Order: sequence, then structure tokens, then C-alpha cells
Amino acid sequence: MHPLDRKLIRDLWRLRGQVAAISMVVASGVAVLIMFLSALEALEDTAAAYYERYRFAEVFASVKRAPEHMRTQIAAIPGVQWVETRVVKFATVDVAGFEEPIMGNIVSIDPHNASNLNRLVIRAGRRVTPKKPNEVVINEPFAEAHKLKLGDRLAVLLNGKRRSLTVVGIALSPEFVYAIGPGTLMPDKKRYAILWMDRDVLEAAFNLDGAFNDVALTLVRGTDPQSVIDRLDTMLARYGGIGAFARKDQISNWFLMNEIKQLRSMSNVLPTVFLAVAAFLANMVLARLIAVERGEIGLLKAFGYSSWAIGMHYAKLVLAMALIGVLIGWGVGYALGHTITRTYADFFNFPFLVYRPSPLPFAVAALVSIGATLAGAAGAVRGAAKLPPAEAMRPPAPPSYHDGFLGRKHLDHAGLGRWFDQPTRIILRQIARWPGRAFLTSLGVGVSIALLITSLQWLDAIDHMARVYFNQSQHQDVTVVLDEARSTRVVGGFKRLPGVLAVEPARAVRVRFRNGHRSKRETIFGIRPDARLAPVYDAGGKVVAVPKNGLLMSTKLAQVLDVRPGDTVTVEVLEGRRPVRRERVVALFETYIGTPAYMSAAAVYRMMRERPVANVVYLRADSRQQSAFYKSLKEIPVVTGSILREAARDLFDQTLAETLWISISFFVTFACIMAFGVVYNSARIALSERGRELATLRVIGFTKLEIGYILLGEIAIITLVALPLGCLLGQMLSTLIVSDMETELYRVPLVIKAATFGTALAIGLLATVISAAVVSRRLGRLDLIAVLKTRE
Amino acid sequence: MPTNAATAKERGDAGRSDTGHRVTLRTEALTKVYHTGEVEVHALRGIDLELYESELMVLLGPSGSGKSTLLNILGGLDTPTSGRVFFYDTDLSHMGEAALTRYRREHVGFVFQFYNLVPSLTAYENVALVTEIARAPMDPAEALKTVGLGERLDHFPAQLSGGEQQRVAIARALAKNPDVLLCDEPTGALDSETGVLVLEALESANRELGTTTALITHNVPIADMADRVIRFGDGNIVDVAVNETRRDAKDLSW
Repeated sequence: MHPLDRKLIRDLWRLRGQVAAISMVVASGVAVLIMFLSALEALEDTAAAYYERYRFAEVFASVKRAPEHMRTQIAAIPGVQWVETRVVKFATVDVAGFEEPIMGNIVSIDPHNASNLNRLVIRAGRRVTPKKPNEVVINEPFAEAHKLKLGDRLAVLLNGKRRSLTVVGIALSPEFVYAIGPGTLMPDKKRYAILWMDRDVLEAAFNLDGAFNDVALTLVRGTDPQSVIDRLDTMLARYGGIGAFARKDQISNWFLMNEIKQLRSMSNVLPTVFLAVAAFLANMVLARLIAVERGEIGLLKAFGYSSWAIGMHYAKLVLAMALIGVLIGWGVGYALGHTITRTYADFFNFPFLVYRPSPLPFAVAALVSIGATLAGAAGAVRGAAKLPPAEAMRPPAPPSYHDGFLGRKHLDHAGLGRWFDQPTRIILRQIARWPGRAFLTSLGVGVSIALLITSLQWLDAIDHMARVYFNQSQHQDVTVVLDEARSTRVVGGFKRLPGVLAVEPARAVRVRFRNGHRSKRETIFGIRPDARLAPVYDAGGKVVAVPKNGLLMSTKLAQVLDVRPGDTVTVEVLEGRRPVRRERVVALFETYIGTPAYMSAAAVYRMMRERPVANVVYLRADSRQQSAFYKSLKEIPVVTGSILREAARDLFDQTLAETLWISISFFVTFACIMAFGVVYNSARIALSERGRELATLRVIGFTKLEIGYILLGEIAIITLVALPLGCLLGQMLSTLIVSDMETELYRVPLVIKAATFGTALAIGLLATVISAAVVSRRLGRLDLIAVLKTRE
Repeated sequence: MPTNAATAKERGDAGRSDTGHRVTLRTEALTKVYHTGEVEVHALRGIDLELYESELMVLLGPSGSGKSTLLNILGGLDTPTSGRVFFYDTDLSHMGEAALTRYRREHVGFVFQFYNLVPSLTAYENVALVTEIARAPMDPAEALKTVGLGERLDHFPAQLSGGEQQRVAIARALAKNPDVLLCDEPTGALDSETGVLVLEALESANRELGTTTALITHNVPIADMADRVIRFGDGNIVDVAVNETRRDAKDLSW
């Protein structure tokens, strides 16, 4: 082995603490990068494979009722590959022993058509037998949530008739990867069921003989979905079409793609932060090592080693540190990637999981991190290579402290200076001498605190969002969705249910907004001016008055449509007589969830040319009569779904607890590694630079505690600067990530509680204190005798 | 404890030598063996020595003869392998780390070959570093005046010459009013002319303040300024010579 390489190995061993610290930071960066990239790849691969194998449709449309022969016409639209017509309905489901009403999404399956779209993945049992009216296939998460087995029975209110069904199969479908019910925020396995039944049976039950109310298509490769959607909308308008949409707007797929998008944005930001810190640390350690080894470098050059050989030697040292980090990062990243992919697989209902990370993320992570550390160390390595041999063998010029900042003028003994004892002056002048390095160290610790804040802030933001959404904006206990707009007489009937304290009707109308080339399918809620249970609330939790005429729009919807208050938009109503109107946008309001629009109930009736009706009813009920209330609710024929506020809130919290905490604990770990790495390295370097000074002080009678103060005082100040810096950076990073994650479906607010700052600071401080304690143990091993005899 | 030693000194009942001198530091059969790998190095092979109060003693000898090891043990930086060392009545031989630190802090002044000043502190502040932690210290400005640096209080080490830096180091050692001043090759890094200035500072401290001083050197001429000269060789005292008259430092050259 070449002697320089032997030196390399010994150097690595001698500097093992610092090597470990840098390697761990590199490893964190690599692990995070691989975790994200491989999870991203796995999600994409799994979704693609699932969609492909089970023929997930590319365009979807719902109608009120269309004759089956339309199918041929739809198939004739240029670019359409396959057409499947279906019957899709919502209905209340009743599972024995479960008190609350369950919202069921009933989808027809055509037993004759083997090549149908959105194919089921049968997990247990079989598909329904043609014409058997009492057979049902249910979705697997719902079956698991209720421990339903093949042969178990459940009851469904089909078009007002209660029917007992036998579970013959348990299945998954690419259409319900994220099985979320209408009007809810999270998939509720217990209260939202997907039921697949025979097409003929459903046609008969819903008076849709020879007709369909839903259609799904696949397209010939390369077809623009929009052109098909436009043709489809025109074709289906007279059958009560409520607007076709592409796969990207299909709710389950939208959530999945949104998750992938968020992963991608995280995979850009976070590893970059780690690798920047690793580069800084590599630079700091190497610069110090080269300063210590000046003499040896000079000697090697005097022996005839080239600048290239010297440069390579130190470059290899950095390379070794990076490589150790890369190897650890690969392993940890693979494991974490697998873990979070599995978590995703549970969260999204995939029948299988493709976790076969390609070599690409590993190669990318290795190249990026090695590149970053080498780039960080480049300056120091170049410096070593460039040292002329004679100069290298002379000791470096003593650090000169002149009358700059914190010189004698600033620390005048009569004035301000008398407050500072000599050890404190040493600390302050050290920082003032290398302010850039001190600042970068502060920045490193600050960044780790910022990471902590950013990850912990999610809890605050989502908690805030949930509080505004569930507690401040909703005063109803149950939101009931009716099968169609019903007269107020029907609504009045809800008052007679056991335990009902208040009833409030609303009219929801499906529309398409248009402004120039921009359009958006949405629902307009017609609200009464005296609404108490579910008035319009803004993000601040304040009630917003609904104007008598015109539209009250969420700012996000206004942004999508590019309208401002005072502008008018085209409103194409997609139900009833399908009027097309111009409506004025009267006011905007801020909201976290969705892109809602409101009008006064009276204005909606005018627009629809209808008498007062309602299709949504808000109820407030006495919890002491809950059982009786739920029981009677389940029996009302016109109810197709009930959303329970309390249950939704619990589910929200529970889902977050399960998913968010996983990623939070990752980040807390990584942030601690980073804080530890930065502090440990800077303390080790301070010790190396000032070991002689500290040993001298020990000789002249300073205690370990007193020299500990000098060594750690600098770190304490650096940390002190890092704390507010970290808070500021945390706020900025959170803002960046929050705005990056803004979608039409929800906007996570930037809310950082004081306690979150406190927790982040406490964790950051703890990491600092531990690393300082590790280094300060070395103060006891200072060689007091050597300093008397040697020149530095 | 060192503090008791100080009171012992103040009571005046400390041990006296056969010649009637009061003894500041005394060693009995002092040995020191270093183990470096499998080799044993006998740095001290049974040293019996007394350092009298207010005397200036020079330790002469080639490198490796054991003089620095002795100085380190006297200064409480190292402990003997066997034998005993007394500061007045206090046995330093088996003192713990913390007690030795207190001993150095309260009773010993050190001057090193390479000055060992703190580069980020001015001359004044380097001295104040010690006076802040000492009992009954001198004023730092006063101490610097003693070594002839009354005008350069506000200079940082990088702004001072080697001789000036060493004189700051002496002022730093003297400022605490130490019972004993231990100097290891204080002129080793200086030319003869500058070295003399440094020796003058040590001499005046010894004369005017009565500071007991032990000085290591391998420069034979420097021995002429001592009260007593101890010659070292291979871990043993080879010879002890008493100078009838001390030569002034300013008359020395090498």
C-alpha cells in the first residue's frame, strides 16, 4: 500500500469522531433522498402497474339517466377505446351492531362483460352471480374495519327499499385507491363502503332499465382527454350530464397524484439542506486538518510529491467520509423507503406493492452527496496543493488580533469592557476573528432547528385547520345528503326524528363556472340568511354574510377562474332545466378546504326557477338519544348519505396521528443528527485550534470547568445566535413548503404555535449540549507538559 | 492542602535546611519512570533537592537529563513514580488533580520557552487573566511595569517581539505573587541580546519581590546569575555549586 494511503487510513481513524459526524450528515441526506425518491418511484410504479393491469378508466361522466344505446355513440367519439356504462348510486348501508349510518357507494358490475374497465381485484370469494339480487362484493378496507367475512350480511336502502345482501366477495378497485366519501376529508373505512352489485339488479332497483347513469372510458394512446370530454358533455347534456372529467380529476387518483407531487417537492428541498451542511462540515474539518498538517505537506513536497498527489490525498479523505455516508445512507434510505412505501400502501388501497427501487436514486444520491462534500472541501484541498514547500514547513503566522471589532477600543477596561473577564474576551475575540465561520456554524445549527420547526409545524397547522373546519365552522352534528331536491315539507320531517334539536336545509346545485377559457365544475350552496348550523365561515373562523344576489366565492375558486369581486362569471347549471346564467361575484372569502361558492337560497331558487327545496339538511341532535336518532335516520328512504361531524373529527385526528408522526420522527432524528454533527465538529475544531491555549491555562492554574467555559462559551454564543436564526429559517422553510403544497382541495395554513418553537429549540439545545459534553470530556485529556515544550 | 501550606509558611515554622535556609520545595528520593511502549525510561533516579526561599536556582544539563521532569513535578504538573515532594509542609506526591490545580493556581508561576500567551488577549489582558483568579494579586499594569512593558499594555501578542512576549509571560507569572517561579528554558527561543532583557526581568523579580525561582537552561553562562547551580545528568544530580557572588544578568552573554 502506498504510504500516503496508509496515512489516509490512519487519519480517518484518528479523526473518527469528526469523520463519523460528517458521514452521518451525509448519510442523513442520502437516506432522505433515497427514501423520497424510492417511495416516489414505488408509488408511481405501483399506481401505473395497478391502473394498467386493472384497466383504470381515463375519462368519467355521470348523468341522470341515459339510454343504453348512447354507449355506441360514445364509443364512436374519436379517440375512445373502450366504453363501460354503469349504474352508480349512493345509499345508506346498515351493518349489524354498528349504530351509525354508513354511506354506501354502489357500483354496478357487468357479469357478461369480461373486458370491463375499473376491474375488481378479488381478494376473497368471487364476483356476483348474474341476476342474483342479494349478492354483493364489498371493498376490502370496509370489510376489515367491520370484520365482515364472506357469507355475512348487510342491509342497504336501495331506492327506499331495505334489502338484505350477502357478501360473496371482497375486492379492491383502481377507482378507489383512496376511498373517500363525498363531503369528507379523509377516507373513513368504517363509514364509507363501496358495494359492487349486479348491473341488472341495480337497473331494476333504481328504475334504470335499459339505461345507465355513469360512464367510464379509456382512450386510444395519444388522445387529448379534453376533446373527448367536450364531445361527451355535449352528447350527455340532455340526459342530465353533470360534466365529464379526466382521470387527473378523479378524486382517488387526484389524492394519490397529489401525494406523489408532495413527495417530489420534499425530495427537492430536504436533501439539499443536508448536503449543504455536509459540504460545510467537510470544508471546516479539512481546512483545519490541512492547517495542522502544513509541516507534513511541506515535507512531502520537499520529497518530491506533486501538488496533484497532495491534492488527491486530501480529496480521497473527503471522498472516504462521503462514501461511508453514502453506504450508510443507501442502507437506511432503502429501509426507510420500504417502510414509508408500505405505510402508503396501507393508506392507499393497493392490492400489491412494487418496491423495486431502480439503481437511479442510489446513483443520484451518491453522486450528489459526493459532489457536494467534494465541492465543500475543494477550497481547502486546493489550498493544500498550492502551498509552496518552504512556506508549508514554517508554522503559520500566528493569528493576529488587531484593533478591529471587539479590540481594545470596544472592550475598554474603564468602559463597557469592565463587564467582561478575560476568558469572556477570549471567546468574543475568537468569534470576531472568524465571524464568517461562526455565522455558518450558527446557520448549521439554525437549519436543524428550522427542520424541527418545519416538521412539527404540520401538527399545528393541521390542528388549526381541523379546529376551524370542525369546531368553528360546523355546528351541525350530522349533514344529511338527499337523493334529490326535496320540498321543505320533507325537510320538516327531520324535525320529528328522535333527539333532533335543530334542522337547517340547504340547496346544493352542480354547476360549471366559466370565465373565458377557464372553467371549473363546482357546487353552489344556497344558504339561508338566517343559517345557524352551517353558515359560511372564513379561514379566521368568522361568519361571512351571504349576499342577497350574486355569488360569494372562495378566493381559491376566484383565483382558478381569474375573477375579482365585481366581475361576472357564466354559471352553467348541470341539473334540472340546466339554465345558463351570468352571475356577479359580489364578495370573496378565504377558506382552507376546497373551492366552494355560495349564494343566498332565494337567489338559487330564482336561478333554478324552482320553489324552495333542499337536497342537503344539517341536523343538530341530542347525544342522549343518539341510538334512536341513528336508527331512524338509517330508515329514511330519501337519505343517500350522512356525514357525522364527531366521527369525521376523530378520524381526522387518528389518521394524522398514524401518518404524520412517522415522518415527524424521521425528521426529528435527522435534525438532531445535523445539529449534533455541526456542534460536535465545530467544538472539535475549536479544541484542536486552541488546545495549546487551553492547556497553558490549565498549567497556570485554571480548572477544567474554567477552560470548559472558554471552549464551550463560543459554542454557547453560536447556539444562542442559532436559536432565533433557526426560528426565522423555520418560518421561512415552513412558508415555502406550505405554499408548495397548496392545492385546490386544501391549503394548509402557516400556523406555528409558540410551543412548537419551544420544542424545536429545546431539542436543538439538547443536541448541542450533548455534543458539547462529548467534546468537553476531551478537556481532561489535554497534555499539559507537551505545551511547555513545543511550538505550535 | 496548598492553602494550609501557605499558612504554614506564614507561621514561619516550615522546615529549615541544614544551612539554616527556609525551604520552599523539597524532594526526597524522587524517581520518575516513563513507560513508552515496552521501554522504560528512568527520567529521575532518586533526587533529593531543596529549593530555598527567595533563592534563584539554575538547573543545568543536557536534554533528557531529567531537569524538565523535575520542574514539572515541582510545579504540580506531574506526579512522581516514587519518593516525595513537599511544598513547605504539604506533600504534593499524592495529591489529586483538583488539588494540584489549586496548588498551581495559588502558589506557582510558570514561564515557558514559547511564551504561551493567549493571542486574542492584549498584554494587559494576558496578565489580567491570572490576576482575576488569584488571591492578593498585583495590578496587571504594575506587573507589566516591573518587566519594562508599562507602555505596551494594549498590544496583542502578534504586535510584540519575542522578547516582549516573554516578558509579558513573566509579568503574567509574577502578577499573582507566586511562592515559586518555575522557568523552563525562558530564553530558549530568543537571541542572546533579547534573552538578557528577559533574564533581567527575572532577576529583578527575584531581588525585589524575593520570589523563589528555579530556572532551567542549557546555556552554561546563565548559571552565573544563580545563587545555586544544580547540574543534571541521566536522571541524577551530578553536582551542586554555590556561587559566592551572583553576576548581574546584564553582564551575561552567550
